[in-house]
Amino acid sequence: MADIHSDDLKTTPLHALHIELGGKMVPFAGYDMPVQYPLGVLGEHLHTRAKAGLFDVSHMGQAFLIGPDHDTTAGALEALVPGDMRGLGLGQQRYTVLLTDEGGIIDDLMVTRSTSEDDDGRLMLVVNAARKDVDYAHIKSRLPDGVRLETRDDRALLALQGPMAADVLARHCPQAAGLSFMEAASGTFDGIDLHLSRSGYTGEDGYEISVAADKVEDVARALLAHEEVEPIGLGARDSLRLEAGLCLYGSDIDETTSPVEAAIAWVIPKHRREAGDFPGAERILKELADGPARKRVGILPEGKAPARAHTEIHAGGTVVGEITSGGFGPTADGPVAMGYVAAGHAKPGTDLDLMVRGKPRPAKVAKMPFAPHRYAK
Amino acid sequence: MAETKYTKDHEWVRIEGDTVTVGITDYAQEQLGDVVYVELPDVGKAVKAGDEAAVVESVKAASEVYAPVSGEVVEVNETLADAPAGVNEDATGAGWFVKLKLADAGELDGLMSEDAYKTYLSELD
Repeated sequence: MADIHSDDLKTTPLHALHIELGGKMVPFAGYDMPVQYPLGVLGEHLHTRAKAGLFDVSHMGQAFLIGPDHDTTAGALEALVPGDMRGLGLGQQRYTVLLTDEGGIIDDLMVTRSTSEDDDGRLMLVVNAARKDVDYAHIKSRLPDGVRLETRDDRALLALQGPMAADVLARHCPQAAGLSFMEAASGTFDGIDLHLSRSGYTGEDGYEISVAADKVEDVARALLAHEEVEPIGLGARDSLRLEAGLCLYGSDIDETTSPVEAAIAWVIPKHRREAGDFPGAERILKELADGPARKRVGILPEGKAPARAHTEIHAGGTVVGEITSGGFGPTADGPVAMGYVAAGHAKPGTDLDLMVRGKPRPAKVAKMPFAPHRYAK
Repeated sequence: MAETKYTKDHEWVRIEGDTVTVGITDYAQEQLGDVVYVELPDVGKAVKAGDEAAVVESVKAASEVYAPVSGEVVEVNETLADAPAGVNEDATGAGWFVKLKLADAGELDGLMSEDAYKTYLSELD
């Protein structure tokens, strides 16, 4: 970290608020972001699972794909991703991946169709901070005439996550209560226009709230004024998503991993498998038919020692894989991890050895998530 | 009262005769955040100054605790195995890691006094 000067880092519209709240700031994906607040990573994690946590995710990229009608815009995106975009209803949201021509994952992203017929033909994209530039260049280079990408750096993004998120948000924004998981709506928050979706990255019920950058502080302060809500930093965001079994781009997925290897083949619906009309289809369809050579799995270390990313995974004395995310799971109350193993070692219950500090430590392949999902279905 | 000395790596050493107790300072535990796991050496292990004497893991990262002086491990703080948060709660007391039987008492001269450590800390910020 020593070679990164804070002058080079970008900030979100909530930067001053993070500092006011006592956030410990660190460089992350080119931004100066809070890794934790005075409550600490453990406390923030448990608070989110018990009540509600507020996350600044404004570093993520927001953009619109805009075409003349839904079918044209969705068709343009389907040329880049393996998901069902044409089939999205108004205000429906879907998780998908941008693919290289070799079937590797350029980024994972959330796609939402417009919430009203008046501006249909627009898809809202939310992409990872560190991949924004790559994604935007890739998408722009492959769009047909009549469809354009509009990036929205004037928008901020908040996530409110946890079992009390719905109740708290509905006090300001009545539209929140009517949404189910992966549905979006336009609404107002104490008179401020916003776009919200019932989604998130913690395994809990909750919302992502897109709002004009110059209004986000008002929304954040109003939410933080409730005793149920605490500000949550990147540390707990990472432990929450790890327990939820969700991939972090750059750690668990990248341009070398396919959706099948990453165990997210569910992003590819049957009709697109049959059509084979997405980038990298040759590799991906072969992996779907024959099984991939390696697979992302959950891993539970047997002792109490956490196994971190890049820990070698052994079985019978040979290397069979590597941990890609690992640490202590506060809700699981013990170490949890995920990583890639050779296909023969991917079945839950399989014995593995994790080479932590040079010593083999017993572990087992485990089903994910490590903390049950509690989405509002 | 036993004398306490400090290292630049934020360990403390409490000297009682030819035995020293080793822990990390309050500054260090605060930097680490919530401690969730502590790995201790076997009793009887000989360590040289600068060797890894223990590993302390917070939610986010693993950090080594270096032996400030050379010696033989004569006792480890077993209570930390079940209650690693003891490091956060009382870093300079009940949250100690190991006791070492000194191999070379002269090595203690290279460590900082409490006043020198306080000055060192004030210069870090």
